Amino acid sequence: MNGAHREPQPTADGPTPGRRRFLGYILAAPTLVAAAELLPAPPASAATADTATAAVPSADLTEIVDLNDLMTLATAPTAGLITVQVNQDGTVSFALPRAEVGQGITTSTAMLIAEELDVPLEQVRITLADARPELVFNQLTGASNTTLATYTPVRVAAAIARARLLAAAATELGAAVDELAVEAGVITGPGGRNVAFGDLAVKAAAVRTQRVTADLKAPGQFTVIGTPRSRLDALDAVTGRKKFAMDLAVPGAAPTMVCRPPTLNGTVRSVANTAAVLAMPGVTDVTVIPTGVAVRARTFGQCIDAVRALKVSWRPGTAEGKSDQSVLKELEAAELPMGPPPLTPSVEAKFTFHFRGNSALETNCAIADVRPGSAEIWASLKSPIVAKQAIAAKLGLPLGAVTVHVIQGGGSFGRKLFFDAALEAVEISRKTGKPVKLMWHRADDTRQGRAHPMATSRVRIDHLGDAVLGYRQRHTSVSTDLGHGFGEIVTALAARLPVADLGFSETFFVLSQSMPYDFGTDSRLLNETDGGFNTGSMRNVYSPDVTCARELVIDKLASKTGKDPYRFRRAFLKDERTRAVLDKVASAGRWGRAMPSGTAQGIALHSEYHSVSAVLVEIDCRPETVNRPIRDGVTGPRVTRAVCAVDVGLTVNPRGLEAQMMGCLMDGIAQTLTSSLHLRDGYFLEASWDNYFYTRQWNTPPELEIFVMPTSTGTPGGAGELGVAASMAAVACAYGRATGTMPTAFPINHGTLSFVPMPTVPPIPQSPTDGLDHAH
Amino acid sequence: MPERTFRLNGEQVTVDVPDDMRLLWVLRDILGVTGPKYGCGINVCKACTSHLNGTAVNPCAIPVGDVQPTDEVTTIEGLADTVDTDLHPMQQAWLDHDVSQCGYCQPGQIMAAVALVRRVAREGRELTEEDLDGIRNICRCGTYVRIRQAVKDAATRM
Repeated sequence: MNGAHREPQPTADGPTPGRRRFLGYILAAPTLVAAAELLPAPPASAATADTATAAVPSADLTEIVDLNDLMTLATAPTAGLITVQVNQDGTVSFALPRAEVGQGITTSTAMLIAEELDVPLEQVRITLADARPELVFNQLTGASNTTLATYTPVRVAAAIARARLLAAAATELGAAVDELAVEAGVITGPGGRNVAFGDLAVKAAAVRTQRVTADLKAPGQFTVIGTPRSRLDALDAVTGRKKFAMDLAVPGAAPTMVCRPPTLNGTVRSVANTAAVLAMPGVTDVTVIPTGVAVRARTFGQCIDAVRALKVSWRPGTAEGKSDQSVLKELEAAELPMGPPPLTPSVEAKFTFHFRGNSALETNCAIADVRPGSAEIWASLKSPIVAKQAIAAKLGLPLGAVTVHVIQGGGSFGRKLFFDAALEAVEISRKTGKPVKLMWHRADDTRQGRAHPMATSRVRIDHLGDAVLGYRQRHTSVSTDLGHGFGEIVTALAARLPVADLGFSETFFVLSQSMPYDFGTDSRLLNETDGGFNTGSMRNVYSPDVTCARELVIDKLASKTGKDPYRFRRAFLKDERTRAVLDKVASAGRWGRAMPSGTAQGIALHSEYHSVSAVLVEIDCRPETVNRPIRDGVTGPRVTRAVCAVDVGLTVNPRGLEAQMMGCLMDGIAQTLTSSLHLRDGYFLEASWDNYFYTRQWNTPPELEIFVMPTSTGTPGGAGELGVAASMAAVACAYGRATGTMPTAFPINHGTLSFVPMPTVPPIPQSPTDGLDHAH
Repeated sequence: MPERTFRLNGEQVTVDVPDDMRLLWVLRDILGVTGPKYGCGINVCKACTSHLNGTAVNPCAIPVGDVQPTDEVTTIEGLADTVDTDLHPMQQAWLDHDVSQCGYCQPGQIMAAVALVRRVAREGRELTEEDLDGIRNICRCGTYVRIRQAVKDAATRM
């Protein structure tokens, strides 16, 4: 998927030898502020577009332009508005127009600035920018695009600041710039005289905005980029000082919760006891909003009491009477034909992927303070511009009267692309005339929150002996809601792409689904049905299911033709990077080693976001392991060992990348073995982390190795979601090999309900009172 | 409303709240101590794990009326004050292994880990893989392997 068809990226090791020159600004400001300006990145140029159009019928579109290219192109014209500020205390500030939700982008961005400025990493202060509509597309956090899109502009701004500081130091020290050396935020001249960045911050400031140029370091000069660094917010996290939205003390913003319907997206018909609930201890307000009945109180505990006390008559929801079985029938009715039966031998299989919850540990939440003529919102938002526009429209306010603060999030996994909590908080604050701190209960998050859509995937591989002649995949899914900004990007740029006839989802699908194998005629299509569910692009979106299906059928074909699964895959790989990660996990994981009956290895790979990954796992499916007793948990087969290899082109922070791969692995284990939502009678049964079985310590592989491959392309690819698909597939393949039966429905335990569902009325459970009995 | 008093991170605090109010909301909404996080409210996710007289408890499931005036409640904010160093060895191990991702569950993870290591020490035995398997705290970012490494590391320093 790399290289040949893509425009050259503006890297320091591109066609021009040595340093590359970039344009930017020094902005008029009290202290030094440098801004990066990129010439619009060479978009889908005429030549590329022609090639693409000609190539469409047979080529893998992601080889020409993928979703990340599209997003990077979309952001280029406004990337010049990124600014780096040098402060008098020697710190360097940067307001990152992205959402930090655990993926480590504040740390990696600080590393880029530390690298180009030659300032200690600890002196770089990264905050999250408020919603800035002038950035248009450039404030959407998704598709693992942050580092791809900001790698160059952030460094350019830092490099401009460095050059300006050098010029100021030359005047200060009475020396020529080329006599100066910069180290750790201090500039030293002849004779050892020196001056710190902080002392130059005002002297280097500009009274007039001016356009300048700067050079970027060549990769060979990097001393920060590519070195393992710990998260800059780690100390705050381990001391409890890190503030999430619900930890903020916004004056007057009292705890608020919503009594939600018993079925998905039901609406309020009437409330029988508003006055009685209003009279409960601590309760200040009770008001009906489109999604339920809001209560505001002194504490969240009193909100819980009030929500449980409300007597509400509900109208039906959007999935009334539906169940897993009925949705499966809908999907089957929507499945696209596989085409004419093959004239050659083939292997074929169909897989079902159940709904999965998209909840982070921090439940959906937002603070809103709506006043006559203005509104202020605090929330973790991955699409804050769209949120701000929607809030302004809802309140009938000019855009400038709405302030949207982006707060660090307690996880996202795609969930925080949606700003439904912010909209609810705004509505409640408007109706009560008071600031509100809105938090969803865990049960709300699981039952009324976002879900990875249920899907089926059919795969057929045609072959003749050892030769693979064709690959077909028909993925049929409950609609994925992409209405949070991706849509705008696609709308704006789809005309440049050879996908004019496709809708948003199908475009997203073809742009994100790569095909790393040379399997002859290749046809992969998405069809979607039923928009009645609250779905979202959960971490890695379509890829985990699509890849899992593909890799299982590859194992099936290898088995049929008597080939080793690793060597079979290897023989058909299109590029060296993919082969290298596959080889790495095979050798490090001792592929093919003798293992006891009931245990096995599985191997799989995935490429996306200009990155490649391979995963080898060992699984133990023996009864003594599967049936280990764990209270209120699902044990099941255990992944006892995992080996991951990842090539992201150029790694900014290997320690952060390893963390992302570890998290992706846990997601993959969960999606194959334990995690799903059960739909019955129009609602999801799960209402607790002891119902929704995300990977827990007892499911965690005791042995894990992650290999970060050396720099390959020289530019960073995406990483935050990359490992989910290969992990899910490797676990599924290992399970199939250990049990002798290829799994066809995921997660494998979905058919067994491992908990007693909580009631739907009242919609949330009361907190227990026996906490002291469980002290340990 | 009745007055309730207890010790919190080394200081006596007094609040005017109903007896059945869960300690989590007393800490977060009344006292502004936000280290213990809400993740479920039903003693499942363990994000609010804190210590009561040195053992791990979940404030979301404790009515404040059950807390006695002499009881010592320690949240993540007070953990470092229980040792002579700037950070508790468990917090330091967390930094050394760069455990946190989003960080939301980490105060609860650390408080649970400290209690686990203390319990194992009280029982006069070594920390086992089964002990680590038994940590129920959810980490939705999935940093479980680094949590295991940090707990094992800190156990040698506590």
